[in-house]
Amino acid sequence: MTSKTKTSNTTTNTTTRRGALKTLGLGAGAAATLPLWARYSSAQSAEPIKIGFQVHRTGIGAAYGRWYDRTSTAAAKVINDMGGINGRPVQIIAEDDGTDPKRGAEVVEKFATQHNCDIAFGTLFSHVVIGSAPRAGELKIPYFVVSEGHHVASGMLNRYTLQPGITDVKSQVQAMAPFVSSNLGKKVTMIFPDFAFGHDHRDYFTAAIEAQGGEVLAHIAIPPTETSFTKYFPKIPRQTEVIYHVMVGPAVLTFVKELGEFFGPNRPEMFGFIDSLEAVDIASPGLEFLEGSYFWEGMPRYAQADQTPYDKFYREHVGVDENGASVSDPKDISTFAHMFGCWETLFTVKQGMEAAGYQGVADRAKLIEAVEAMTDIPISNEHPQGTKLFNGKTHQVFGPQYISKVNEGKLILQHTTSIEDTLYPDEVDYTTQPL
Amino acid sequence: MSDRQKTVLLHGGLLALLLGLQFVLPAYHHGNLARIMVLAVYAMGYNIMFGYTGLLSLGHALFFAAGMYGMGMSVQLLGATPAPAMIGGLIAGAVVAAALGALALRTADVAFMIVTLMFAQAGYLAVLYFGSVTRGDEGFVIQQAQRMMMGIDLSDATNRYFAAFILFALCLIAVLWLVQSPFGKVLVAIRENEERARMLGYDVFRHKLIAVILSGTMSAAAGAAYGLLFGYVGATFASVQYSIFPLLWVLLGGAGTALGPFIGTLFMFYLIDLSSNVTSAYMLIAGVALVVLTLFAPQGLIGEVRSRIWRWLP
Repeated sequence: MTSKTKTSNTTTNTTTRRGALKTLGLGAGAAATLPLWARYSSAQSAEPIKIGFQVHRTGIGAAYGRWYDRTSTAAAKVINDMGGINGRPVQIIAEDDGTDPKRGAEVVEKFATQHNCDIAFGTLFSHVVIGSAPRAGELKIPYFVVSEGHHVASGMLNRYTLQPGITDVKSQVQAMAPFVSSNLGKKVTMIFPDFAFGHDHRDYFTAAIEAQGGEVLAHIAIPPTETSFTKYFPKIPRQTEVIYHVMVGPAVLTFVKELGEFFGPNRPEMFGFIDSLEAVDIASPGLEFLEGSYFWEGMPRYAQADQTPYDKFYREHVGVDENGASVSDPKDISTFAHMFGCWETLFTVKQGMEAAGYQGVADRAKLIEAVEAMTDIPISNEHPQGTKLFNGKTHQVFGPQYISKVNEGKLILQHTTSIEDTLYPDEVDYTTQPL
Repeated sequence: MSDRQKTVLLHGGLLALLLGLQFVLPAYHHGNLARIMVLAVYAMGYNIMFGYTGLLSLGHALFFAAGMYGMGMSVQLLGATPAPAMIGGLIAGAVVAAALGALALRTADVAFMIVTLMFAQAGYLAVLYFGSVTRGDEGFVIQQAQRMMMGIDLSDATNRYFAAFILFALCLIAVLWLVQSPFGKVLVAIRENEERARMLGYDVFRHKLIAVILSGTMSAAAGAAYGLLFGYVGATFASVQYSIFPLLWVLLGGAGTALGPFIGTLFMFYLIDLSSNVTSAYMLIAGVALVVLTLFAPQGLIGEVRSRIWRWLP
């Protein structure tokens, strides 16, 4: 003890003003060369907040994954430029899930037990979410999904899985029915892929259009392996006023082309979900038949005449032009109707962590409770898609939906639904589950 | 030391090592090894048909999925607890294997491969077609409460590891017994020269059919256990890529060896996991590794060990 004190005193005695200045100068120089995380000196911990990003880099979801990646990277940069979360920088740790539920679950495990991430975040395809969520719940790592599936609000998952950045398919579909029945027609024929995504549309829209006094004349389910669709079109009843279509995947171009050849110039009204044509240029050869038809959009791909400053801010930072394409490559069309969910989710995580006073993995439960306590989410740079309402019991956000019309190869906004159009009774109360 | 003693020592040593690793592995690798043991059971099932009987199936996902859905449907529709649900999965796998074997074994070689592939594709499409029950491509969750077996929570990491270990150990012992039994030797005889086996008076069709049923049931056990231990049942596991995986694992590890399926599964799992840390083109790395192994170790890792060092390996 004595010896240590003496050493300390000796050190103090040898300090000179010049020496101190020199040390400070060296220190400042060294600080400037430090990585970003090391400069967040005001935080209790300078360690970055690690966000495990489960991304579809390969597999059928790769086009979505590419843009989810760009959007998340852009959002993380904005957050870091704002000073991070609770004074700590955000670090995105991305892992490819291969758009596969087995690999997805493995990736969530990797985030929790190898990378020591604070949360897991990201993925779109429902089967990957449903396959991964049980592991997230078991490992007690908050899992923020951007999937638009109804699986979260249906009660199928667990308290550690939340969807605060994008609305679910049930609310999207039911919100379309008032517009379709009032403006396009009441007698609808639905054409959809014969798997769960298509079945969701079949079930939710059929109920919603009947509630509006309309009816679905025929459900035409197309097997997922189908490559030609002409043989299905004679099944469309003659009295059909509206065709509701939600075909997805590479065959959609063939579907539209063959539908155009079948009907010629005298077609019924057409209403579709833009999921069919995400990352596809509406002005592509073969899609001319869609001129004058209507689409649901999660967020308008084309900058509209009354573009909000928030939309402008978001596009600038993600690198998307007024046509919804990459600023560096006009042929690289974004998945604009969905990818805003990544942006908004990351800002919701920021808001949740700040409300919870989040410091580390021991505060994960506090983060869940803080997000569950959220309700109104006003439109802003952080939430450019629109004002939203978060339901803490069902872990699902609700917000506006957009209906656009194809006009000269561009999507022009026709109608914006209210949040009330998208609401439905709660199917679960996750807050009753233990943390 | 006799070959039998060496066999017991080596395989018993592996099981002891796996049991011991439970207590020392970091959490991430602990979880991985539980998963690998279950998938290795799938590969061992495949190996009974491919490695020992010489029947190249391209449709084994049908059996894996039959076990998974047999278990999952028992839980969802009948409210079964894990043990009866597991038996449901085994029965589903055995029945599907018997039906497929009875039909597909009327063909041989390339035709057999195509028939098994088409049956598996039909099974995959059936899962999608009956989506109102199976939840199609999305699949469904086996909730934590549904995974309680006699008071043991199978979603707990330690319990999951032990459950996977017990299944793996039982199947490894069963395979070792099978291949050293007179029945197993007939299977090898069929693989080496089917006509000669027939001339010697063996009922080749019956032996092959039993091999298909055993192989399908073991694969189904893996599928049922996978769904039960990891809490998810989905159509992806019935898709064609899950028919190709066991073929790759067995080829890598060594067809016709008892340890090969485990080594191949372990190798492939970590090859993808580690290479995905380096590049998004990790499947390219996996592909190159496979080509290199095929060129320089055509009998697989354990197969090469058997041909060069331990000729007694079963």
